[in-house]
This record gives sequence, structure tokens and C-alpha cells, in this order.
Amino acid sequence: MVEVTLWGALATTAGGKSKVEVEAKDIRELFRKLAEQYPGLEPWIDRGIAVAIDGTIYRDTWSKELPPGAEIFLLPRLAGG
Amino acid sequence: MNFDPRFSGRKFASVGTRPIRPDGVDKVTGRARYGADFNMAGQLVGRVLRSPHAHAKIRKIDTSKAEALAGVKAVITAADLPDLTDGDAAMYDILDNCMARTKALYDGHAVAAVAAIDARTARQALKLIEVDYEVLPHVTDVDEAMQHHAPLINDTVFTEGLEEKPVKPSNVTKRSQFGHGDVHQGFGHSDFIVERSFKTEQTHQGYIEPHACVANVSTDGTADLWVCTQGHFVYRQHCAQLLGMEASKLRVTSSEIGGGFGGKTHVWAEPVALALSRKAGRPVKLVMTRDEVFRASGPTSATSIDVKIGARKDGTITAAEATLRYSAGPYAGSWAEIGAMTAFACYRLDNVKTVGFEVLVNRPKTAAYRAPSAPMAAFAVESTVDELAKELGMDPVEFRIRNAAQEGTRSSYGPVYGPIGIGPTLEAVKVHPHMKAPLKKNQGRGMACGFWFNFGGQTCVDLNIGMDGSVSLAVGTVDVGGSRASLSLVAAEELGIDYSQLKAIVADTSSLGYNDMTDGSRGTFSSSMATISAARNAIKILRERAAQMWDISVDDVVWEQGHAVAKGEKHGNLGKLSLKEIAAKSGTTGGPIAGHSELVADGAGVSFATHICDVEVDPETGSTRVIRYTVVQDAGKAVHPTYVEGQYQGGAAQGIGWALNEEYIYGKDGRLQNAGFLDYRIPVCSDLPMIDTQILEIPNPNHPYGVRGVGETSIVPPLAAIANAVSNAAGVRMTHIPMSPPRILAAIEAEREG
Repeated sequence: MVEVTLWGALATTAGGKSKVEVEAKDIRELFRKLAEQYPGLEPWIDRGIAVAIDGTIYRDTWSKELPPGAEIFLLPRLAGG
Repeated sequence: MNFDPRFSGRKFASVGTRPIRPDGVDKVTGRARYGADFNMAGQLVGRVLRSPHAHAKIRKIDTSKAEALAGVKAVITAADLPDLTDGDAAMYDILDNCMARTKALYDGHAVAAVAAIDARTARQALKLIEVDYEVLPHVTDVDEAMQHHAPLINDTVFTEGLEEKPVKPSNVTKRSQFGHGDVHQGFGHSDFIVERSFKTEQTHQGYIEPHACVANVSTDGTADLWVCTQGHFVYRQHCAQLLGMEASKLRVTSSEIGGGFGGKTHVWAEPVALALSRKAGRPVKLVMTRDEVFRASGPTSATSIDVKIGARKDGTITAAEATLRYSAGPYAGSWAEIGAMTAFACYRLDNVKTVGFEVLVNRPKTAAYRAPSAPMAAFAVESTVDELAKELGMDPVEFRIRNAAQEGTRSSYGPVYGPIGIGPTLEAVKVHPHMKAPLKKNQGRGMACGFWFNFGGQTCVDLNIGMDGSVSLAVGTVDVGGSRASLSLVAAEELGIDYSQLKAIVADTSSLGYNDMTDGSRGTFSSSMATISAARNAIKILRERAAQMWDISVDDVVWEQGHAVAKGEKHGNLGKLSLKEIAAKSGTTGGPIAGHSELVADGAGVSFATHICDVEVDPETGSTRVIRYTVVQDAGKAVHPTYVEGQYQGGAAQGIGWALNEEYIYGKDGRLQNAGFLDYRIPVCSDLPMIDTQILEIPNPNHPYGVRGVGETSIVPPLAAIANAVSNAAGVRMTHIPMSPPRILAAIEAEREG
């Protein structure tokens, strides 16, 4: 079980919860479980969400494991110039 | 990914050296080929008809007279680019921006296009196209667009991110919020609070090369596109989707690029050129004029930002808050969101809250511009930080050092930081001789900090070893800042050969796997990771071939300094085999030797910079001259330090233009008044001092060499550093960018009058 922190706008689609608990071993499973538990999140996942694991931001490596006790933050998937 | 990206702390032989740039001679002799330098037999000239109205319904377009003109081979409207986006809202916006469908949404919005035998005929044809407009009320100012009475740009837009779903449409497409702690409580513990409001005007990336392409659609439905872009694979995806093609049938070749800075990250005119070519059955060249570049391609947001920061007497910030409103043009974006994430990223804050609003206006579609959205947020925050330091009677550098984020700090946008460079850049600035240099009358000094995320992404590299032992490196990230040189250094480092043995090219979309574009400061970070991986794969084959040549087990062969070496006492009489010797025998040891890599580069390290600026303000005219400028920035590892310094200097130069002169000026009619470099003034060499640089190297733990991106962070601090310098020189706080002479004079006069 990992604790996941959602940013402000995302929390509104998860019933106002800024922290949710999910049983997931990697980013792929995390997104799948989140979409199941909070259907409002699915369009956001489709548009792109980045995952910060202990401060390192992952945008595309969905196989990245979620270590037990890690700090996990969901962030908007941003563009650069 | 079977590749370990962790920082290894190795010693370097090639990386960190400064070989001469491989593209330099062709560029200074005019031999390098840019977007408009490509030509094909039978090529037509493409031209675009653009709306003169800021906001208008398109009732009808009659192209019959244009089509009847001798020499016109094709005329297209939105009907020739039907909606194939299948519910993809972002792609639909790009399509509508390429060619207006039911409404023209800004002055310069494309409504039709022609392909003709020459430019004169094409221009004549544009005049013969009759567009029946119903002019609608417009709004171009970000604050006015948020008012309830403002003209609605899109009545299907309802603000996202609100706790309660809105019942009325709005020009505000999204509200976003970041932060932690309790700012109300934090301000309660403050001894001093500074609260200010700021505005920044819209600026263009100002790339010297306009958008340009040549499109050729064959009768069998396959096509070629030669184009100036930051990402030819992304352009292929966009064009294929918008024209209903299979991506593999469209080969896109990127030209040299005369600047992009985020403005060439999605398509503008390329689908139009392809649609014209498809209809005409001939190649079509389409080159935007400078007027079109300003009116119809990606400027950055105009902004309106409120900042409030409180601190105790001892200089500890107790709370920080900002509300950021960013214009997005007529299509939804996430520009304020990025501003809200980056605004306070330099600081260690227990209580912080930022709120962003994305605002639709009748201006061109906002595009990314070098660390998009961060410079404006930094301007507002760093100006307020300076004011607060003054209130506290503290040195602005000491105040920032006291509150700087460090490893373990919870960032204002959420996660806890790993190893970061804001503290070291501030310490370097504190002891820099620039900070102690004397100032004369009417001169002022300012400094400011900046933050940017940096990104990675999908990357593919091929490394091919020729039979003569020379090495070609094919990459898919467009070289906008010298990446061919830096990637050659990386390959030389891994293979243990001399840089001169390598030649790097940017391969076309049919020759290499997909690559994300060169944005987010990812070019060298991502492609160097893939180059390291490809080189290591090639070394594995080189060892196998050497083992064959020696007739020993590959397990006994290691790679050292460009040579295969047989290890173990039983092989003691075997000499080393060079890469060249192994390559020469490749035809009889298994064929060509190559290394390939396909990976997703993730874990790009965040980056910080601190800038120092001295200016002289003429109190009679309000004119400002930058007299000294210093950039201190963390590069992780500078692969080619000269290019890194160039990125630092380029960001500062662009920031100087943005801070002092550059501005989109709209008339009451909603039309852009200054769509040219005479009236929209970017800095030229004579406007700038030598920009000094200091590279810090705090390794990124998620790259084998410790590389971080360097291209974007350098534009984040300049607006604030220059504003602080001008404010100190003029004796009045400047809150509106650009600080053009009339604004400075008005501020000085207002201060005199109290």
C-alpha cells in the first residue's frame, strides 16, 4: 500500500481528497487502480500525469517501481520550450 | 529499460573539453541549409490568407475567383482539412489554429491558403478570395478577459478545477492550486509583509528563422516534408493525424534551425502545405513572413500576478502566496499552472499557496517559450523578495541564502528535493567580484534566482562503425544548441576514441525510431543517455569480434581506451586490438558493427540559476542600458562547456530584451500594431555587455555523467534581476514588464509626485 498525494486540481476529481492510499507495485498499476477507484481521474491520466517518487519526476517510465514508504506525488505532465 | 542511468562518478577524457563546433563552418559560410533553403523541381509557392479581425464568425468563403486565376494550382480552406482528431481536444485546437473553421479567433488567424506558380500570382489569388465575416466583440487583455462582462471567446468552456462545477461558460479554462501548510497562520507569525501586483506583456520567442517548409505529396499518398522544427517526429505525428495518413508514409526531415525556443514544438503551417500539395499534385514551399510569424505563431503569455510574502525579523519567511493569471490565446493551455508550480520553487517554505488561472484572449495561440511561464512568476516573486529584504534591512543575497531550498526541502509544488543547486549558486554570487564592483550615479545592481524542471522523454540513437573505423552517430533530437558536438563527445568518451573520428547527424523520421522533440532542455540529457547506451551495445559487439579474431572467449575480452584487451595470463602475448583494426575485419567476423538504443530518459534533474545585473537608467529619457551581467547556473555536468556558456548567455540576452523592450501592442481594434523587428525591438549585439558565466556542476543522480538540462533555466531570472537593478537605479519599484522608457519615466514622475 502506498500513499499518493494529489495536486489541488486533481484532488477535486477524487472527492476532495489530497491523499489517497493505493495497493500498487509500479506506476502502471498505480494509474490503473486510481482510475478504478476514482473514475474522475481517468481523463487526467489519459491527458498525462507525471509521478514524483522521492523527489524524482517520472513522466514516461510506467514500469518504475514504487518502493515501500516512498513519497509519491502526482504532478501535471508539463511541456518545456 | 536495460540500462542503468545512475550517476557513476567516472573521470572524463572527452566530456568537458571544448572542441570546435562541427556545424560552425557551414553556418558562417551560408552553406548550412535552413527551412527555406530546400527546393524541388516543379515546386509551387504557398501563401496564407489571414483574418484582419480579432474575433469574427466566418459566414462564407468564396474561392472561385482565386481558383480561376491563371497560375493558381490549389486553394484550400478548412473544408480541405476536415476534423480527424477523434475527440483529441489538444489536436483539435492545433487544427483550428492552422486553419480557422467557424470563427477567426485573433488578428492573423489563417482562413484560406493558395498554391501558385510564383509569389506574385499567389498574392493576387489571396486578394481574390472573398470572406464574409460577422465581426464579434473581442478581448485581448488578460485581466479584462476574466471580467463577467467580457466577450466570451468559446461558449463551450466551463472552468475546470473549481470545487463546484460552474453553470456558466467563462474565458477562464482552468484553475490550479499548489502549496502546503497554512498561509493564513504563517502570515500571522510575520513581522513584515510585502504585497505587490505585477504585469508582464506578451513577447515572442523572436527566432531569427521564420517557420518554413517544403511539402510533397505523391499520387500514391506517400509524402515528404522538409521543415524547420524542434521535433520532426512530433511534426510527423501531428501532420499524419491531421491529414489522415499513416505516419510511416510521411517522411519528415528537419533542416538546420535558426532558433525555436519552444515556438517550433507544434505544427502551424505544415499541414496547410501538405494539404495544398495534395490538392495541387506538386511540391509546395510555404515560408511565413516576419509579419505572419508575429501575428500567427506562438508568443508567450501576458500575465497579471499578485504576490504576498511575510517574514520574521530574523529574516525567516513564514508564508508566501501568489495568484497568477496567464493568457493562453484563444485555446486552452496550462501556462498559469506552470507559473504556479515554479513561482516559489527556490525557497524553503512551511506555508505556501499558489493559484493559477488560464485565460482565453483574442491573441495568437500561446506557445512554449524557454522555461515556459517561469520567468514571469520569478519576476513577481523575486521583486517581492527584494522588497521584503529591504524592509528587513537585510542584504538580498543573505536573505535568499537564509530561505533557500536544499536537499530534503519540500518544494512549493509538492515533492521533496534531492540534491539541488540553488544554495551553491547563491553562495557563488555572494563571493563573486561582480557584487563588490563600484556603481556610478544613476546605476543600480539587482540579482535574482530562477528554477526550471527540465524533462527527458522518448529517445532513439543509432551508432554505426564504418570499416575504416570512423563512427557515425544518428540521433533524432533536433540540434538547436550544439547537441551534435556534445553527443559526439559522449560517444567518444564511451568508445575511448578521439572526437575527430565521429560525425553526428540528425536522422529523418524514416531512418530512426521515434524521438520526442528538443524541448524541456532534454536534447543533450536524453540523447546522451541513449548515446551512452548505444555505444555500450556497440562495445559488446566489438568485444565479440575481437574474441573471434583471437579465437578466445569473449569473457576474456575487455574494452579499455578504444581497444579490445585480452585479460588473463594465458592471453599475455596478445596485443591490443584497436576499434579501427576490429572494424577493418568486420566483413568476415559477422558483418557491420553498430550499437542501437531505444529508451525513455526520465529523472531529469531540476535546475537553478542566480543572475547579477548592473544597469544605468537615464532619468531624463527613461532609457536603460545593461552595463554588466553575470550568470551562475548548475549544469549537472557541462558536456561541452562552450555550448553551456552559450546557453547561459543566450537566455540572459533574451531576458534582457523581454525585460526592457519587447511587447505585443494591440490597438483598440484588436489588431497587432508592431508585427516586425523595427517596432518590436529585440536586443542586438550593441545593446548587450559581455555576459559573464560561471558553471556549477552538482551531478544529477539520474544520469551516468550527472548531466542536467541547461537550455531553459537561464531565461528565468533575468526579468527579475533587471527589474531589481532598474528599481535600485531609478529609486522606484518597477512592477510592469517591459520596463520601456515611457514606463520608467512615468514611474519616476509618479514617485516624485508622491
